[in-house]
Amino acid sequence: MGYQFSSESVSRLNKLLEMFPDKRSVILPGLYLLQKEQGFVDREGMEALADKIGSPISLAQVYGVATFYTLYNKKPVGKYHIQICGTSSCYMRGNDKLEKHICSRLGIELGETTPDKKFTLEEVECLGACGYAPMIQINDAYYENLTFEKMDEILKGLT
Amino acid sequence: MAEMKILTKFIDDPRSNELEFYESVHGYDGMKKALSMAPEEIIEIVKKSGLRGRGGAGFPTGLKWSFIPKDIPKPKYLICNADEGEPGTFKDRKLIENLPHQIIEGMVIGAKAIGANKGFFYIRGEFNKGIDSMQKAIDEAYAKGYLGKNIQGSGFDFDLVLYAGAGAYICGEETALINSLEGRRGHPRLKPPFPAVSGLYRCPTVVNNVETFSTVPHILDKGADWYSKIGTEKSPGTRLFSVSGHVKRPGVYEIELGTPLLELINDLCGGMLDDVPLKAVIPGGSSVPILTAEECKTANMDFESMAAHKTMLGSGAVIVIGEGTDLVETTYRFARFYAHESCGQCTPCREGTHWVRDLLHKIREGEGTSADLDLILSLSRNMEGGTTICPLSDACVGAVRPTILKFKHEFEARLKDKVGKEEEMPAQTGA
Repeated sequence: MGYQFSSESVSRLNKLLEMFPDKRSVILPGLYLLQKEQGFVDREGMEALADKIGSPISLAQVYGVATFYTLYNKKPVGKYHIQICGTSSCYMRGNDKLEKHICSRLGIELGETTPDKKFTLEEVECLGACGYAPMIQINDAYYENLTFEKMDEILKGLT
Repeated sequence: MAEMKILTKFIDDPRSNELEFYESVHGYDGMKKALSMAPEEIIEIVKKSGLRGRGGAGFPTGLKWSFIPKDIPKPKYLICNADEGEPGTFKDRKLIENLPHQIIEGMVIGAKAIGANKGFFYIRGEFNKGIDSMQKAIDEAYAKGYLGKNIQGSGFDFDLVLYAGAGAYICGEETALINSLEGRRGHPRLKPPFPAVSGLYRCPTVVNNVETFSTVPHILDKGADWYSKIGTEKSPGTRLFSVSGHVKRPGVYEIELGTPLLELINDLCGGMLDDVPLKAVIPGGSSVPILTAEECKTANMDFESMAAHKTMLGSGAVIVIGEGTDLVETTYRFARFYAHESCGQCTPCREGTHWVRDLLHKIREGEGTSADLDLILSLSRNMEGGTTICPLSDACVGAVRPTILKFKHEFEARLKDKVGKEEEMPAQTGA
């Protein structure tokens, strides 16, 4: 049996299908719902989403959208998904040093997940917080004007 | 000097995002005026004010609205572009989080002007706080009758839907944004047809930036003459500048257009971080040509002065670079950004951005030769000026070539064959 959306997500999807003049527009918010449910988007989930939107939307179309956009995790990430901004404004305020610091604290390299599946660390392009650099995003929240001490404090608070 | 706060007058109030507070400071007054006007009157006022779009291109807003065909049976759409993502730019985020009602008010006015009954707020997916703030404001506006059917008894209907992007810089380009809203990959479209004729769902569409919509209520409320007197003749009004990099107080500042760049840096931003000398400034987001410290002395923050200095105000992002900064590294990181964000449709961009990034990486590692530097300059000639559907490729060139030309000695100093080059180097080290 394929992926099953929760009843809450199904009713949200039904609402979304009414909201747009063309139901194809539901692919992006639909993928977000899928990611919210299981932390990432996979083939089975995309298939269920394509079925829910219905003809003429195919799995290939949903897949094509999911792979284009970086915010959809194509594989599972840790409980805390740490994304550090690597663009130049952040670099000028020391994001490269912060990045090394986090790597050594967590004992992983960029792009890796800790063995206990708690943290995934990734470097990403501009997060639009250049004046408050260096900064990171952990799951839904931004953490700005970071120092090593602040960073240690934040990591300590994540359980 | 001080800021000239029009859009951001109440931005620091802890209640600035609440409807009740916004109404108490004359919020929605401009919308109420607009609802009693004919669409042509609204467009005329915005045209007369001289307002130019705040997203980057600086196209006159009233003129853009006037391109929407009037007698056409198709629905018309209005979109707010809140997919802020140009490196250096973070001004819209503050407006979205702190003053969402000001944007909604501007959108209702825009909708009435072009005859749109449905609008979309396309926000970048990373802005979770902004998404919450905007959705709450939309709900409040519906409850108060500022959105929905028969707004304030005017007979005008306007529905607004929030739509989150998913982490693609290219979706800030209006036709890519439209494709994304249609549930497609964010591929820019060939123009013409322009969105005003065939945009979202192939219907007439206007896309404006967050700051542009935030300005419109003030123009309607206080009049076109009041607005056009602020700033310079060709760049009326105030603008939000997001300042990052080596200044003591980075942040978002609203100033009158025409203000000298150095006043912004020295007065409002408190001068250079750790008092290091100024090396260069990127005045309008990573895609615009860099200014040397010498050029900064005569640069004013308006469209004309920037054009005279062969650069642009772009998205209003001022990246201040202090002496001691490795420009090879910053340029490499900008090129990496554009390579990552290229949508892949056009060969000059798909291949060019990656190639430039790889060559800069080689130079950064001390493995490059003067031929690599020449190759970047030669490649960049084939990546610009209309060889691609959208300007992302040009943006990469803007972020790379002027820096290499103006700070050539820094790049040459990193080359593997630099020993053989020393003879001709001294002449270029004075920049």
